Amino acid sequence: MQALTFFSLLILLLMGLGLYLKSSPVIAVNSVWRLLTDSEWSPMAGKFGFSSFIVGSVYVTLIAVAFALPTALLTSLYLTQNAKAWVKKLVFPVLDILAGIPSVVYGVWGILIIVPFIADTLGPLFVDYTSGYTVLAGGIVLSVMIIPLLVSLFIEIFTTVPKDFKDASASLGATRWQTSRLVVLRKAMPGVIAAVVLAVSKAFGETLAVLMVCGNMVKIPDNLFDSCYPLPALIANNYGEMLSLPMYESALMFAALIMFVIIFIFNAVSRVILQHVEKSFKL
Amino acid sequence: MKLKFIEERIFNYLMVLATLIVFGFFFSIIGTIVHKGFPPLTWEMVTSLPGGGFYLGKDGGILNAIAGSLLIVSGSTMLGLLISIPVVFYINVYLKKESKLAYLTRLTFDVLFGIPSIVYGAFAFTIMIFFGLKTSLLGGIIVITLLIIPIFIRSMDEVAKSLSKDLLHATYSLGATKLETAKVILLQIAPGIVTATLLSIGRAIGDAAGVMFTAGFTDNIPTSLGQPAATLPLSVFFQLGSPIPEVRERAYAAALLLTLIVLTLSIGGRLITSRFTKNRIK
Repeated sequence: MQALTFFSLLILLLMGLGLYLKSSPVIAVNSVWRLLTDSEWSPMAGKFGFSSFIVGSVYVTLIAVAFALPTALLTSLYLTQNAKAWVKKLVFPVLDILAGIPSVVYGVWGILIIVPFIADTLGPLFVDYTSGYTVLAGGIVLSVMIIPLLVSLFIEIFTTVPKDFKDASASLGATRWQTSRLVVLRKAMPGVIAAVVLAVSKAFGETLAVLMVCGNMVKIPDNLFDSCYPLPALIANNYGEMLSLPMYESALMFAALIMFVIIFIFNAVSRVILQHVEKSFKL
Repeated sequence: MKLKFIEERIFNYLMVLATLIVFGFFFSIIGTIVHKGFPPLTWEMVTSLPGGGFYLGKDGGILNAIAGSLLIVSGSTMLGLLISIPVVFYINVYLKKESKLAYLTRLTFDVLFGIPSIVYGAFAFTIMIFFGLKTSLLGGIIVITLLIIPIFIRSMDEVAKSLSKDLLHATYSLGATKLETAKVILLQIAPGIVTATLLSIGRAIGDAAGVMFTAGFTDNIPTSLGQPAATLPLSVFFQLGSPIPEVRERAYAAALLLTLIVLTLSIGGRLITSRFTKNRIK
């Protein structure tokens, strides 16, 4: 049992080390800084600049959070503070199912509903032409995918706020919303931030659904109605030919390493914050 | 009317609206998949292998992907349980509550839970190259096992952590060894194990990015661990990329099938969990 526990702890370490060793050839030729900031991507010529992929990932993630955060906050406040029991009974299974739907199904939905909507209805209002396979489509699909995660984390955090605080606020004549905004939200703020960081790292690593709807063109997108090419999509699309070119494999592993490092830091930090939040309320 | 009541009212509407939006997405997704996927879904599709010219719209089915997914999921679920139950015992029974190692283990698995499957895939791929393995059923099982161990451990630990210490003390006072105590715990966390298993099956069967690197794709059912295996999500993905409408329609049908499996697991999970709680001491 002890050996298994130690071994499983090693997985994380091995993963970081393995990806680093695999990406070291490309780091040896180009500096890490150049890899991250250069935008020229031509594997044939041995030029690996990741900036357009990183920017693509960041854009898609930001849009997803911008859509999902207000929706998830309001929904979870409603469910914890206002909603009647039958509403909860209806909403929780729906959230469960949304959380369980595989990403490829989200991708199919994105292609069938979101992409045509952007290409035919939303896009023409703002730009001359858009294929629909855009940053915006990726962002919307991702936001639906992270809403269940956010809501379940928020509900967990909001229910730890002691009832006494809310009662005190109500007895001073505060309305429900005032209590939610000034007591519940303020008390739960560190937890909310940690939850958002977790959701960001999930959005950042989501592969297939985003790949299917965001167009995959290697360039820095000009606006929301432009295609982009996030990091996970880069790895997923090119793993087939990565052994055929020198350094290509190493470059793709470097992409995986970037994601690993970012998500590792985000997750570790937010988990530590969340644990502190839970402890501070228990006293 | 006072400002605060107007504010209250506006936000009440907004909260209901947000909840309705979530419902809207749910019905839009399920509705779209059923609407597009149900008409092309046939018995032949579920029970036959891809025939010649299947990817040009000719006869055949996706039995290769269904079988591949089932093999990978059952293999990795069993492996995952074998690895994670001892770990949960160790951090809950053998280690003290304030143990640094237990804290570190929980934090590690929390972080591992957040690592995306494509990174697992890339990592497993490097290991496979290191050992000279080709894309195979075994590779798929390994990567999915790695992927679901954090889910297993986190959700079983959640239940085990909440067990009362009195129970442990009672077993010790009867002269039980730690291993015997672990057996008592096993009965207590049984509902947690079932929920965890269903959760991880759901995640395992829907995962595509990890198996893409490691399991490969094939039109046949793998007969040994060394052969490549097809999976349902990848089957959806590849068929969707086709320019031929019939092939794309089959992708929708396969997506519906995948959704149905996940839905059944999620609803079945709720029902079964309540049954397994009968041995639980509150």
